[in-house]
Amino acid sequence: MTPIESLTIPDAPTIARWRDDFPILRTRVHGKPLVYLDNGATTQKPTAVIEAERDYYMHANANVHRGVHWLSQRATRDYEGARARIASFLNAAEPEEIVFVRGTTEAINLVAQSDVRGRIKPGDEILISAMEHHSNIVPWQLVCEQTGAQLRVVPIDDSGTLDFEAYERMINARTRIVAVTHVSNALGTINPVERLIDIAHAHDVPVLLDGAQAVAHVPVDVRALDCDFYAFSGHKIYGPTGIGVLYAKANRLKAMPPWQGGGDMIRSVTFERTEYNDIPWKFEAGTPNIAGAIGLAVALDYVRAIGIEVIGRHEAQLLADATEAMRAVPRVRLIGTAQDKAAIVSFVHEDVHAHDVGTILDHCGVAVRAGHHCAMPVMQRFGVPATVRASFALYNTREDIDALVAAMRKVQEVFGR
Amino acid sequence: MSDLRELYQEVIFDHYRQPRNRGVLPHANHSAEGYNPLCGDRVTLYLIIEDGVVKDARFEGSGCAIATASASMMTEALKGRTEAQVRALFERFHEGVTTPPDVPLSVDPALGKLETLLGVREFPARIKCATLAWHTLLAALQDERGTVSTE
Repeated sequence: MTPIESLTIPDAPTIARWRDDFPILRTRVHGKPLVYLDNGATTQKPTAVIEAERDYYMHANANVHRGVHWLSQRATRDYEGARARIASFLNAAEPEEIVFVRGTTEAINLVAQSDVRGRIKPGDEILISAMEHHSNIVPWQLVCEQTGAQLRVVPIDDSGTLDFEAYERMINARTRIVAVTHVSNALGTINPVERLIDIAHAHDVPVLLDGAQAVAHVPVDVRALDCDFYAFSGHKIYGPTGIGVLYAKANRLKAMPPWQGGGDMIRSVTFERTEYNDIPWKFEAGTPNIAGAIGLAVALDYVRAIGIEVIGRHEAQLLADATEAMRAVPRVRLIGTAQDKAAIVSFVHEDVHAHDVGTILDHCGVAVRAGHHCAMPVMQRFGVPATVRASFALYNTREDIDALVAAMRKVQEVFGR
Repeated sequence: MSDLRELYQEVIFDHYRQPRNRGVLPHANHSAEGYNPLCGDRVTLYLIIEDGVVKDARFEGSGCAIATASASMMTEALKGRTEAQVRALFERFHEGVTTPPDVPLSVDPALGKLETLLGVREFPARIKCATLAWHTLLAALQDERGTVSTE
């Protein structure tokens, strides 16, 4: 990090103000203050998001796109307004490029089934990486089973960095899509997505980015990236659960057949023939998660007001501090040491299983994830059954890292006797 | 608040650090693999059952302290018991670890040192660690493949 950047790291009073925005952080766990370091699983919600959902149900609840009455029009305005704000957050060209889904998983399944399945042939290839979450593996395995296509996996090295040369070798004339994570949930690795996309586009291969772990931590500009698809979940960026986004270039969405049929995705229906709605509604069958969409837009407004670059600098400092602190803990080995990382510290203790570490940390009020992080191939790659993962967000502090280290001393104490 | 010492008793550490009956059992005539999808832990259980009596039991696999100690103590407890006794022991153990902490539990003396594992009652997220080997045991009893190859 350059000295200029370090000058602009948000100070303690600023972080304290951010923390005040998240009421759950005042919770006590087992008689101790909650230290929430499981942000990779889900982030906490600021009051603004909680109030937005409440306000919607208190004052604006109605179904969208179908009512002539005042409330329905208001709900439609708020729902479509949310879409426009989300498009702006990602710098999409049009709000119509934003499809509301349940989350990243549904977004990837939508692309797999609607876009890729229809145009892939036996012997064609789908290219993913060895650091993918199950949600960016299994949807492609389904397509392979359905079509006879082949799943190919770009390896990663011992630091958790993508083998870029292998990627260049593996992409070829049979590749129909590249689907890679922007940031690894289990390792923290930030992939060089611009270069990955450039190479793919040179081969006329579209690219899907799994942005679940990225969108709350690094700037995402889908037009600058020139990615074809970008998927993320609302709940990992301080928004509600059950709402997520598939960004796709408009021309791609227009060419894709609907995935699910039902209400709202049609223009006219007879028993002989159905005419589909325009994008993005063609992909939003059924009553959507209206409150969730509105809450998500508020969450993105919240992030934008602070500034994703400011959050990124704060989290970079947390990552540096946490990495140094954990390296100093005896018998701890970090899993995922790429040069370019988001604020995720995954580790194993040489003598204590991740589950036992997780239980003792919880006892100290420190919430971490202990397990395979829905990335079992990553665990196999590193030869461990599970890791402990501390994942940070904008409201985490140096004190949280101290609490983690103190809790690791407790692990040593319990298991060292 | 539940105490960590309730969960991590000395006997459990002993069995975690020096698991009994660990390894493959040649000529096992019952075996099963257990898997906890929550954490990815695996255990393989091997049994030799002759005339309805467990003559030998071993396990393979790595897991947390609770899962390892549970498998280790279980294999010790199985030897010399009839299948009916083994099933009864499963029932007692399972009831013991799954009884909510606020419900009084009269511990069956037949459990012996397995009682030390009942501390998981206070840690709901860890109950499956304690029961993994035991569910594998039920599967192994039903395993009718005869002698398991160790190749």
